[in-house]
Amino acid sequence: MPHDHPDHNHDNNVPHSHDGLSPSGHPYRQDQDQPLTYWQNMEISIRELLIDKGITTELEVMHTIDQMDSRSPADGAKVVARAWVDPAFRARLLADASAASREMGFDIGALKLIAVENTDRVHNVIVCTLCSCYPRNLLGFPPDWYKQRAYRSRVVKTPRAVLREFGLDLPDDVTIRVHDSTADMRYIVIPARPAGSETLSEAELAELISRDSMIGVARAQSPA
Amino acid sequence: MSDRVRVSTMIPPGHVRTPYYLRGKVGEIERNLGAFGNPEQLAYGLAAETTPLLRVRFTMQEVWGSAAENPNDLLEAEIFAHWLTPVEGSDAP
Repeated sequence: MPHDHPDHNHDNNVPHSHDGLSPSGHPYRQDQDQPLTYWQNMEISIRELLIDKGITTELEVMHTIDQMDSRSPADGAKVVARAWVDPAFRARLLADASAASREMGFDIGALKLIAVENTDRVHNVIVCTLCSCYPRNLLGFPPDWYKQRAYRSRVVKTPRAVLREFGLDLPDDVTIRVHDSTADMRYIVIPARPAGSETLSEAELAELISRDSMIGVARAQSPA
Repeated sequence: MSDRVRVSTMIPPGHVRTPYYLRGKVGEIERNLGAFGNPEQLAYGLAAETTPLLRVRFTMQEVWGSAAENPNDLLEAEIFAHWLTPVEGSDAP
């Protein structure tokens, strides 16, 4: 695949070497031949002890990993789309988002969820400044940027500047509510239902709802 | 507990779930979440007491002063009750 290298080009047979690089011109990932780190040893030791003592099994560990991997923003999108079409469900979601998610059949374990709703006047955005708390049991794994210090430290101080970097420029008369997940609760944003979506089905509406819109760094997509 | 509360300025060692940037700040109770195990004890495998957890709402003006991007925007966080003291209306900043 043609691409630019700052120090040479591929267009006119200029001699150069790709030693140690893959055909796409990037370094091969090193094999992991180094010794285990302290925490890798700790994880393996505790896991093996739990299995030896009959508290869990290898299969149960694999099953739990599969279950975590199967969760995705599509699950949250279904919850939000239901709230858009069903006012009674919306009220239940705002009152107790864990119960409302379970009502839809999602196995969210012990997740304690709060739903916050975007309107013409209010825009919500979620962060965890202390670590990376995220409603994983509903939405799956958080994006990398959500866990990074840049997002976590900046969005509580200059949320408007951060949201502009995500392409979301909010007018001054919209109040931003930043939710710092400091303790036991996790949060999901109910983005505003986009104009022009009145005739769409619940399943079609769910397609408009991205992971980022449920964190609050994007709007729901407008219908095509 | 009154509606307006001030976050303690204490700086204890250990596993603390009160962000440093909110210490000493005054906000209002957004909702009471019920009682939860105290993470400052749970983190060390100690028998944890349950203690009320509250959502507190601050203005950006209160948190960041003149550095606030938009003074009326809001910051909300969960704070355990032992970090909060009631603030009388007349004491409010």
